[in-house]
Amino acid sequence: MTATLTEAPQAQPAVDIEVARSWRTPIILGVVGLIAFVLFGLMTEGGGATTTFVLSRPNDLFTIPAITVPAQATAIALTVIAIALAGVSAWGVQNRRKIGMWLPTVYGIALVLAVLVWAGAGRTATSIQLTGLLIGTVVLATPLVFGSLAGTLCERSGIVNIAIEGQLLAGAFLAALVAGAVSSSTGSDSFGAYVGLVAAPIAGALVGAALSLFAVRYWVDQIVVGVVLNVLVVGLTSFFFGTLMRENPELNRAIGLPDLPIPVLSRIPVIGPVLFDQNMLVYLMYAIVIVLNIMLFKSRWGLRVRSVGEHPKAADTVGIKVNRTRVRNTILGGAVAGLGGAFFTVASGLAFNKEMTGGKGYIALAAMILGRWSPKGALAAALLFGFADSLREQFGIIGTSIPSQFLAMLPYLATIFAVAGLVGHVRPPAAENIPYKK
Amino acid sequence: MRLELRGITKRFGTFTANDAIDLVVEPGQVHALLGENGAGKSTLMNVLFGLYDADEGEVLLDGEPADFEGPGDAMAAGIGMVHQHFMLVPPFTVAENVMLGHEEVRGPAKLLDLDAARAKVKEISERFNFAVDPDAVVEDLPVGAQQRVEIIKALSRDAEVLILDEPTAVLTPQETDELLAIVKDLSKAGTSVVLITHKLREVQAVADTITVIRRGKVVGQAEPTASQEELASLMVGRDVSMTVDKDAAKPGAVMLSVRDLSVVDELGIPRLKHVSFNVKAGEILAIAGVQGNGQTELTEALLGSQPVTSGDALLDGEFITGKPIKDVLMAGLGFVPEDRTEDGLVASMTIANNLILDLHDQPPYASGMALKPSVIDEEAAKHVEQFDIRTTSTEATAGSLSGGNQQKVVLARELSRPLKLLIASNPTRGLDVGSIEFVHKRIIEERDNGTAVLIVSSELDEVVALADRIAVMYHGEIVGIVPPDTDRDTLGLMMAGAKQEEAA
Ligand SMILES: Nc1ncnc2c1ncn2[C@@H]1O[C@H](COP(=O)(O)OP(=O)(O)OP(=O)(O)O)[C@@H](O)[C@H]1O
Ligand SMILES: [Mg+2]
Repeated sequence: MTATLTEAPQAQPAVDIEVARSWRTPIILGVVGLIAFVLFGLMTEGGGATTTFVLSRPNDLFTIPAITVPAQATAIALTVIAIALAGVSAWGVQNRRKIGMWLPTVYGIALVLAVLVWAGAGRTATSIQLTGLLIGTVVLATPLVFGSLAGTLCERSGIVNIAIEGQLLAGAFLAALVAGAVSSSTGSDSFGAYVGLVAAPIAGALVGAALSLFAVRYWVDQIVVGVVLNVLVVGLTSFFFGTLMRENPELNRAIGLPDLPIPVLSRIPVIGPVLFDQNMLVYLMYAIVIVLNIMLFKSRWGLRVRSVGEHPKAADTVGIKVNRTRVRNTILGGAVAGLGGAFFTVASGLAFNKEMTGGKGYIALAAMILGRWSPKGALAAALLFGFADSLREQFGIIGTSIPSQFLAMLPYLATIFAVAGLVGHVRPPAAENIPYKK
Repeated sequence: MRLELRGITKRFGTFTANDAIDLVVEPGQVHALLGENGAGKSTLMNVLFGLYDADEGEVLLDGEPADFEGPGDAMAAGIGMVHQHFMLVPPFTVAENVMLGHEEVRGPAKLLDLDAARAKVKEISERFNFAVDPDAVVEDLPVGAQQRVEIIKALSRDAEVLILDEPTAVLTPQETDELLAIVKDLSKAGTSVVLITHKLREVQAVADTITVIRRGKVVGQAEPTASQEELASLMVGRDVSMTVDKDAAKPGAVMLSVRDLSVVDELGIPRLKHVSFNVKAGEILAIAGVQGNGQTELTEALLGSQPVTSGDALLDGEFITGKPIKDVLMAGLGFVPEDRTEDGLVASMTIANNLILDLHDQPPYASGMALKPSVIDEEAAKHVEQFDIRTTSTEATAGSLSGGNQQKVVLARELSRPLKLLIASNPTRGLDVGSIEFVHKRIIEERDNGTAVLIVSSELDEVVALADRIAVMYHGEIVGIVPPDTDRDTLGLMMAGAKQEEAA
């Protein structure tokens, strides 16, 4: 036989095969755009009403003047832009062109701005604090980022971590307790707060260790263990809150980490206050997201962790210790979530309170999924949820006609729409919640 | 390295998979391990590789007892293995899979050196004439390509003892020849090789010694000069016919009609281009071609698990394209998928339940909402008996079966209800010679009962033996349909894309 056999066919243009088009995206974008046009474009107060956006803060390097726009015209223009983008998307489908992520991003920004213009229309006393909105986004996203990083670390190694909520709460509790104890004995609040920050991951790691013990050693269903641990942590912290902390009020005071504005950078308008005028915990968050993203996808450790989460037996056959990797990652993940728990107490300057994490651990889980189990994605998803939360606060301040109960639902609505609409087909690590038995 | 296994016994519960097995592999020797499905070959190799702990016996390397806690220790001692069930991480690229466990790093941050891994994959695949793209994601590759990756992975570690557990089950004849040549080179250079295979031609080509095991015990040694018939009867314990006896087909009406079928995948790459053909009742159409030329897409499109871009297919006059899979199966399609572990079985379910997977809600296995365990068990016992599935109980999980026996479960299930059309991809993958004989007989019987049969196989021998007509696929197209007595060179040229007239 003289012929050489060649490989599978390579990419060739599909010249003569008709592929059916999917009109789903343009239709959804168009319908939502039209609704926004009616609700926020046409319904915005007309007749010379204006909306004012404030960008600068008092001690910025230079001042960006406040922007005042005619409310109705702007809202209509913004929603028309959104509808036009839906048209662009339809054009892309018709001509089989791929359109990048810029389109949904610009579309989202246009709609959010339209809503803001509508909300701020005709109010002379209040203006929309855009920078404040963004600062709130980063702050409110912080515990979600830590939580979803914790989830990512565990799930990438094949352990489902439902216990994020408990780990956050445990971290919040221990941070407050240690901060209180240290500051009352040394007399320095900020020193105490830092020691509390160091203690927080220990509490989370302990919860993580318990999770890994039951999951890896005793093969208990990981979701069940996680839920049980959450209940346990709520019980324990509430108990100590009611006993230890009540009897010794100095152990649970409102102590806060000092703000650490970065010279010069922190005075750049908008960006400065949002990114560079934060406390230690937020700076740690930046570092951890970057380091973990590189480590998980570019390092030897990360490759091995991912192999354990996808196909533990294959990992075992090349000499990787599956269960050891899982235990380590679960404890490390717990520590990361515990550190995030410090947000609720020492990083916010608040005393500990019963169940003060209020379900943020579960939202973090959604952020992990939306972020496709990557630190980078977790950050983006957490920021999205943080933004929804911050928007709610902002609306509360300016006072809108939307009932506050509906506003409170905003972050959760964003969660559901994001997970259902944007995530589409994602696949969790294949070996999740399956104990590795030899 | 001299490898010696002394009195290895491995039990699973009360079942003894390896019973006091002794085996010596001299340095530079190619030692073939033969045996029926379920004889205990893979188990023995997994003990040697540190995946299982032996209940009794010891492993000696150059005379020193070796005590492996896990495969990591075995690899550190210089043992490499190609696993029968590939040990590849599906969402990783080829390069990542090959480097996993012994990654090279670079730079001050010690990040993965993917370039080095790519270069290694390229180098080894060139040496073998394996066309493997280091950046391809493993789960997107057809099983034949995955097999090549598994081999590259084992070779990339320069093992002193190389265990090959059915490395050629889904390779093309050309690739098999390349691999055998490499095995020879390696053994000349001093590597000891243990080769497990059911293809006796390969044993004759490269083995220095042959050990045969049956039901967990060593039953004899053979010389590579032994004939295939001798080896086969030593393995199975009876005479085996190596040829397929069949009468001429008596084709009836058209049963399957495929019209202008095209498939474009998610990346916009056409995988199947305007394919049209018919299969009549009572005939076997076999599809020959190098894996990855559209066979997978064709069979999956007919089943309904692959969305069809254009065109359609009719089974006995009814459309099957665009129908739910369940309806297609109920319309009389039997389907043996190319990847049994992925698509054919639920490894964690019992053998009995796997045998009725597609009929679980039909009488007599169910009444209303409830399953009827006694009927299911009875049926399962019948299948196990008929297909000679080697297992301790029908309640064992399918995952605990040997590779060949898993394949038999899939075949037993698909061949045990009334069919109009049988589609089977590599139906005898991993089967021993005795079982191949049986399965071929069953397929011919099915044909003689008036079922239309579509076989996809990378084994040209199998294609030629079974087919009444042969369709050759290349780059998603059928380049020609020829009679089974077409000479092999012509078939080979057609598999490389030559049209029938040019090839003849
Ligand atoms: N994990 C397990 N649990 C229970 N039984 C097992 C397990 N692994 C293997 N067995 C049994 O041990 C026997 C030997 O299996 P093994 O995989 O070694 O066969 P094999 O010789 O490699 O067969 P094949 O040619 O089909 O691959 C089989 O009967 C199988 O059912
Ligand atoms: Mg085997």
